[in-house]
Amino acid sequence: MLTALIVVPLIGAVASMALPKEREESARWVALLFTAIALVAAGNVFFALDTADAGLQFVDRATWIDSEVLSFDVQYFVGVDGLSATLVLLTGILFVVATLVSFNITLRPREYFMWLLLLEAAVMGVFVSQDLILFFLFWEGELVPMFFLISIWGTGRKEYSAIKFVLYTLAGSALMLVGFLVLGFSQGTFDMQALAEADITEAAISLHAVFLLILAAFAIKLPVFPLHTWLPDAHTDAPTAVSVILAGILLKMGGYGLIRINAGILPEQFDDFAPYLAGLAAVSVLYGAVLTMRQQDLKRLIAYSSVSHMGYVLLGASALGEIGLTGASLQMFTHGTITALLFVMVGLIYDRAHTRQIADLSGLAHRMPLAATFFVVAGLASLGLPTMSGFVAELLVFLGSIEAFEVQTVLAVVGILLSAGYILWTVQRVMFGPENPRWASLPDTDNWWEWASMATLAALIIAIGIYPSIVVDTLENGVLRTMEFI
Amino acid sequence: MWDDLDKLGPVLAMGGVATLILVWGFLPRGRIPAPRNTALLAVALLGPILAAAWALSLLTRDEAGFAFANSMVLDDFSYFFHFLFAGIAAAVLFSSQDYGKRFGDRQPEYYALVLLASGAMMLLAASRDLILIYIALELTSISQYIMAALQRDERSSEAGIKYLLLGAVASAVILYGMAFLFGMTGSTRLIAPAGEPSIASAIAERGEEMRAGLVLSVVFLIAGFGFKMAVVPFQMWVPDVYEGSPAPVAAFLSVASKAAGFAAVMRIFFEGLTDASISGDWADIFAVVAAVSMSVGNVLALVQSNIKRLLGYSSIAQAGNFMVGLAAISAAGGLEGAASGVLFFLAAYAFTNMAAFVVVIVISDRTGSDLIADYGGMWQRAPVLALALTLALVSLTGIPPTVGFIAKVYIFNAAVESDLVWLVVIAVLNSVVSAFYYLRIAGTMFLAEPRSRERIATSYPVRLALAVAAVGILALGIVPSPLLEVAQDAAAVFAE
Repeated sequence: MLTALIVVPLIGAVASMALPKEREESARWVALLFTAIALVAAGNVFFALDTADAGLQFVDRATWIDSEVLSFDVQYFVGVDGLSATLVLLTGILFVVATLVSFNITLRPREYFMWLLLLEAAVMGVFVSQDLILFFLFWEGELVPMFFLISIWGTGRKEYSAIKFVLYTLAGSALMLVGFLVLGFSQGTFDMQALAEADITEAAISLHAVFLLILAAFAIKLPVFPLHTWLPDAHTDAPTAVSVILAGILLKMGGYGLIRINAGILPEQFDDFAPYLAGLAAVSVLYGAVLTMRQQDLKRLIAYSSVSHMGYVLLGASALGEIGLTGASLQMFTHGTITALLFVMVGLIYDRAHTRQIADLSGLAHRMPLAATFFVVAGLASLGLPTMSGFVAELLVFLGSIEAFEVQTVLAVVGILLSAGYILWTVQRVMFGPENPRWASLPDTDNWWEWASMATLAALIIAIGIYPSIVVDTLENGVLRTMEFI
Repeated sequence: MWDDLDKLGPVLAMGGVATLILVWGFLPRGRIPAPRNTALLAVALLGPILAAAWALSLLTRDEAGFAFANSMVLDDFSYFFHFLFAGIAAAVLFSSQDYGKRFGDRQPEYYALVLLASGAMMLLAASRDLILIYIALELTSISQYIMAALQRDERSSEAGIKYLLLGAVASAVILYGMAFLFGMTGSTRLIAPAGEPSIASAIAERGEEMRAGLVLSVVFLIAGFGFKMAVVPFQMWVPDVYEGSPAPVAAFLSVASKAAGFAAVMRIFFEGLTDASISGDWADIFAVVAAVSMSVGNVLALVQSNIKRLLGYSSIAQAGNFMVGLAAISAAGGLEGAASGVLFFLAAYAFTNMAAFVVVIVISDRTGSDLIADYGGMWQRAPVLALALTLALVSLTGIPPTVGFIAKVYIFNAAVESDLVWLVVIAVLNSVVSAFYYLRIAGTMFLAEPRSRERIATSYPVRLALAVAAVGILALGIVPSPLLEVAQDAAAVFAE
């Protein structure tokens, strides 16, 4: 069943490329069809998951590469627990949204949707892989689609940003590969489950070094200060759909890896580094928030706010407790939906006004009441208003980390105040305030696809805010499984 | 005698067809039609086809073992390179069909030299005797010196001369090393059946007492072969020779010549010099050369604006990757693992770099330019070429799902097993540097404005060659097991 998550988008990519040139406009429908099928499959995985079962579920397993002379047996091994299943669902939802907001793409649409679908296959693969090499393969497989999506369909200094993104990620993942090889060699397997169960005490180099090598990739992806500088550039110059995916899902790959691999396989080393990680988390939260306040460009603003918000994921995970891990996982899911909605809104505004400068945008609410409503919803969710999904996640993170890391947690709480500040200030400047005559003829959201994507995300945000159990129950299944290894 | 000749069959087939083509080219014109392009290609292709068929027949007849008084051997390692060189020769012949017109009336020589050089490389991989290794090496090199200069313009001649002079020095250095080795061990055979004198058995008996001398000869051998394999610090000739040589020749040098160098080195070091009294020393030298090669090659590739020079420097960096495999032999059982890693990488690299060079050959032929800037908008002018080159570049970077990725993971794993984690860290960081210049070319083709709107047509043979290479890159990236098994079988030769 999980294999379908990877194969469906792949088939979609081929189908998109196979369209005749005269009908290239239909690529978007092909993409919508296949992302929708993938979403159904993802939903099926999420809802069919037995939350009482503590093991991996829906496992597909086969030997893929088998070497007699090296301890180099790679399996095609996919399986999910609650954590993976939730992120798989998020991936399914956000790729449908990304396809919807890409409906206005007219430049080389066949290739565009091909790359988008390939990206989905890679991301799905990351979340379901249970073999380190397979995980790495999907992890790297995401680079090429991203490179082309940003560098062809982006704006501004798109080539610079695309290559910066690729090099940062590649640098991290190269080090991660070394860590994986050392781990795999020490136990004679790349099976993540077996590695998590094993009590690893020795490897070719110190296990702390292995931990740091692997952490490098996830910290860059998350992103943690000071490794975050690729993110604002990539976000700013990427097309809307790619910003949605980048903030909504790709960053979560970092958090996921941190919990699954760093915490799950090397918990003792994680414990040793935890105070420093929590410290870095607090710095990320504060530094990201302060920089966010200074941004003039809406996309950069959301990008920096992501740096800040992803700091909570690191903070929650550092405590290595059940509550903190649940909070971190939930933060990943909720931040995925909230930021996605924010980027959809910015894309929509940019599409109409052709500027993202906050100073130029003023009083948009008069012209675009509907868009303004959604923008406010997303903003409030982002600052962690109760009854919105962000609140529950942050609360859990703080509850989970306060005992272990008092100072770091208190510092990070200040981030909440700052984020309330920049969000409200931004909403005020963009949506309210004096009406700028330039926007007198700006149309509101009238396309059904914009509607559909915004409404879906907003509904999710509010639903989880009011009744978090929808995802928390499933997430806890994954957290409990991780706790067993710790 | 006949049995020995039978074992030499694939090499003889290549040489035979080469002779045939040469004779055809020299025949008085008038009575017999002068060899034309397509006919030449068809005849020349007979060489690799016959050679591969003969090798296959030997394989099915199970004709393994020594020949010519232990100087040559047919084993899985030899077979591996027989097929590899036959494949590379066929690909080079295919891709130079259009380009070949530039050689004018020297076309027959060109085709014959490709066959001769490839045949000599097959012999080189099957040699277990220093003298035979030297002969095969010289036959390979001399053919290549001429090929480099074949275009006879100023740059091509300069490339040929440069290659000849430096190559001759390298040969002399190798000869020094071999002479030392012979002087100390009293044999030119690397390995021989029990009871007969060989270098391996002499070192096993008296290795400790002649260690200083052995290290000296190892240094000479690594320096000499380092030139052939194009690793730093013996790489200075590469960029100039690649840039000046005709594009198909540069392709041949970067793929076949390199593979031949590694084949010989693996024979000498893994068979003749494996004894523990010496292997640690040369493994260390290989590790250092690997680190330096990767770093220097990549950094210099970054600043290139000519694609042939860039591929030249990148091939120096890639040679560093192979060297990681050679260095990873010290661990228990690592010999076989490292060897199979290098063999897998060589085959993967052959596919990938040939694909890249085929595109360069066609574009260089049609636009007359090797500047990366002129690759702008190639996606619109020649989508097939742009896609194939992108795929090759992605594989050279080592990004999945291409064969280059598996090759790197495999070879790095071998190094990790040998406790060479520091070397692997250097290697993976170098991959990041290489991503920058490889992807920059891909980016240029897809993003930059085309220099002209003129479409670049590709001939049928070229498309076929590209299709085979592209399928190889992807299929072996997703299902690497078949090639892996072949590489492992070939490497099993080195198991004690």
